[in-house]
Amino acid sequence: MSESGLRKRSPWNQFKRSVRRNWVLYLFILPTFVYLVIFHYWPLYGVQIAFRNFKPAKGIWGSDWVGLKHFRKFLGSYYVKDLFRNTIVLSVYQLLASFPFPILLAILLNYCVSNKLRKVTQMVTYAPYFISTVVLVGMLMVFLANDGIFNQILGKLGLGPIAFLSDAGKFRHIYVWSHIWQRTGYNAVIYIAALAGVDPSLHEAAIVDGANKAQRAWHIDIPSILPTAIILLIMSTGNILSVGFEKVYLMQNDLNQNVSEIISTYVYKVGLLNAQYSLSTAIGLFNNIINVAILLTVNKIADKLSGTSLL
Amino acid sequence: MQNSAVIKKTHFDTVFDIVTTVLLVLALLIVLYPMYFVIIASVSDATSIASGKVILLPRNISFVGYQRIFQDARIWSGYKNSFIYTISSALIGVTLTSMAGYAFSRDDLYGRRVLLTIYLFTMYFGGGLVPTFLVVKSIGLMGSPLAVILMGSVSVYNIIIARSFFTSNIPKELYEAASIDGCGNGRFFIQIVVPLSKAILAVLALYYAVGQWNGYFNALIYLNKEAYFPLQLVLREILIGATGTISADITDVDAIQEMQRIAATIKYGVIVVASVPMLALYPFVQKYFVKGVMIGSVKG
Repeated sequence: MSESGLRKRSPWNQFKRSVRRNWVLYLFILPTFVYLVIFHYWPLYGVQIAFRNFKPAKGIWGSDWVGLKHFRKFLGSYYVKDLFRNTIVLSVYQLLASFPFPILLAILLNYCVSNKLRKVTQMVTYAPYFISTVVLVGMLMVFLANDGIFNQILGKLGLGPIAFLSDAGKFRHIYVWSHIWQRTGYNAVIYIAALAGVDPSLHEAAIVDGANKAQRAWHIDIPSILPTAIILLIMSTGNILSVGFEKVYLMQNDLNQNVSEIISTYVYKVGLLNAQYSLSTAIGLFNNIINVAILLTVNKIADKLSGTSLL
Repeated sequence: MQNSAVIKKTHFDTVFDIVTTVLLVLALLIVLYPMYFVIIASVSDATSIASGKVILLPRNISFVGYQRIFQDARIWSGYKNSFIYTISSALIGVTLTSMAGYAFSRDDLYGRRVLLTIYLFTMYFGGGLVPTFLVVKSIGLMGSPLAVILMGSVSVYNIIIARSFFTSNIPKELYEAASIDGCGNGRFFIQIVVPLSKAILAVLALYYAVGQWNGYFNALIYLNKEAYFPLQLVLREILIGATGTISADITDVDAIQEMQRIAATIKYGVIVVASVPMLALYPFVQKYFVKGVMIGSVKG
């Protein structure tokens, strides 16, 4: 023992020592580790089919190596521009449009004069988070149908029926604004907490100086939650190319295809519905690489701005 | 002068209070009304809904929609499957996640950084849809509910949340003291860490349960027998599918017309039936859930 204190132990020996002492902890990690190896690292090994002409009967190694053929096919195709444009427009629109609402809600709740109203509003605005995507899209379809409640209310106001669902131009608006309806309450939670952490002495000093509530909200509250807001905004730009599959796929129909086909839905259709395994994997891989590149760039910017790395 | 300044100030604040209240009530109504409308429409008769008479209150109250829903075997089987998948995922998820999260919170775990990097890497880079699909196929889980349960039971993000909780809530000295008294890691975890961490365990259970109950992607990809379909896949057919009617095996013409007439009522009823379990759970766990969002936001 006294000798080992002087001698520098090799990492492997240190590891063995740690396992002997804390074998239970390694056992705790084992199940999730095995899970990740099977469901994440093994598929990562299979990603090489993007560079082969994969035939299930031949197996991964038996399939011919074709290099970048599938990438070239994808990048040279007529639909590649549409796919990227649809994906990026949809996610940037959602990102920017949904950004201010949680902040606004949090400030309104913070200055609410009635405790009851605050509690009820917070509870209710939070609830849609628990509605499933299928149900949300189902609700959109019954509400926005030609004889749905939206058009009935519009009719009562003397406005003509609007074909919400068959008009491709409305797809993005419906997608984004239903997201705002569903998530504003949930996303406000973090800002509510940030506002609760604002130093009360700032408000006291402002009151003494004669500032009214609007001035306090503008000059004290907003600046103090702005760093949180900016970090969250920057962080979410890292996901610009990974728009969720579930909601878009459910909202797709023949009429809005030209704006609703995004990378993830296309990967699904090519890969699992048409069984073009290699092409689908190549598209997925290409998308993932760009995504990681954006994420790393964004992380670097956030690091410079805030001094805290997100990864 | 001073007086008028005070009056001016309170005057401004009164306007501010009124504007805030109005905006909050507006936000409340915008979120509440669609959910409220679904409920009143689900107990109104179809003709009143179609003619726009159901706006604020249910009309000609009838439960025929619910009757049809509860007669439908697919709904029951979807409900049963979803319950099984959800409870399994919550149990497996909480167990595995808290174990891994706790181990990662211990700084005397040699190799922690390397292991953590292996975990975090999977959050940003993966094989993608087809390679994962092929792995599931080659280990014989294709078409098995086990694929859906397992894939909804491990989330690296949740492991990180659990780890941050344990790091800041279980002091290092506690384990040192316990280990001097001869308490091993396993016993320490079960008898001391778990009772002290009910909040995070509730949050994790809720995350896994909500994810599994509300998700349909894994079921869509990995299940092929209707008998195993979770509720969301059944709902997809009823709410978004082309027919919009509920039972496919009716041949009687009158019955078909009747079905089409009440199809709308059925849709509203189905929305209620599908959302009740999660919404009913939510007030009980709300306190914990807010906590979970907070822990999740300061990860890293």
